[in-house]
Amino acid sequence: MPELVTRVTVEELPAPSGGDPITVMRFSGDITSASQPAVMGTYEGLPDTVKRILLDFSKVEYLNSSGIALVIQMMIAASKKGQKINSFGLSPHFKKVFTMVGITKYTSLFEEEATASAAFS
Amino acid sequence: MSNKATGITDQPTGSGRASSSSIELRLPSRLGYEKVAMNTAASVARLMGFSEERVDDLKTAVAEACINAMEHGNKLDESLSVGVVLSMDANSLEVKVTDNGEGPQTRTDAPDIDKKMLGEEEARGMGMFLIQALVDEAEWVSSPPQGSYARMVIHLSNPAA
Repeated sequence: MPELVTRVTVEELPAPSGGDPITVMRFSGDITSASQPAVMGTYEGLPDTVKRILLDFSKVEYLNSSGIALVIQMMIAASKKGQKINSFGLSPHFKKVFTMVGITKYTSLFEEEATASAAFS
Repeated sequence: MSNKATGITDQPTGSGRASSSSIELRLPSRLGYEKVAMNTAASVARLMGFSEERVDDLKTAVAEACINAMEHGNKLDESLSVGVVLSMDANSLEVKVTDNGEGPQTRTDAPDIDKKMLGEEEARGMGMFLIQALVDEAEWVSSPPQGSYARMVIHLSNPAA
C-alpha cells in the first residue's frame, strides 16, 4: 500500500474586501514524510511578495505527524517572511490534533474557504 | 518474511470473560504500510461499536505507532517486519505494535510549538505524544534483544479520549 502522491495546486484569489491577494495552496492525497518536495517545494516556489496564504486540506486523504511537521516547517518559513496563514477543510479529528500540538497558535482553522478568506481582512 | 495478515484467533481468557479474539498482522518496514494496520484497527473498532470520533483517534494512534516501529525500531529495514496484534473483548480493544528495536527514543510530553517555530525543537517528534493523548492507555515496553512494543487500549465505556 504505497503512499498516495501529494498534489498541491496553487491559486491566487483577490481578497474579499480588498487588500493583498490570497494565495491558496490546495492539497490532495497523503501528507507524510514523503511530501516534503510537494509541500515545501511548492511553498518555496511562491513569490516573496505573497502575504496571505490559505491552506486547503479538504481533499487530503491521510495526514500523519510527519505531514503535520511539514505544515509546521512551512509556518516557520512563512513567519520569517511576515506571511499570514489561515487553514480550512480539516476534519474534526485533525482540527483536534492541530489544536493538541499547538499549531492553532500560528494558523486559524476554518470550516469553509469563504470564512477563511474573509478572516484575512 | 511474510507481509500478509496472518490470522484471526478466538481464545479463552483467564479474566472471567467468555472469550477474546485477536487479529495479527505482519507489515514490512516500509512507510505507507502503516495504513494496513490503521484501516484494520478502524474496521475492528467499528464492528465493536466505537464512535467515529474514537475510530479516528485510534487510526492516528495506530498509524503513529507503526511509523515509529518502522522508522526507529526497524530502521526502515524491509527485511524486518512490524507486528500488529489487535485483541478485543466486550469492552476494549488493545493494539500491540512490535518491532526489533530497543524501544522509543522520542518523547511523550506535549510539543512546544513556540520552540518549534524558533527552531529550538525539531518540527517532527510528535508521534508518541499523539498516541498518549488519543487512546485511553498507552505504554512502551523495551525488551532487547527480542525487540520492543507499543501497547494501546481504547475502552468502549470511555466515549472521549
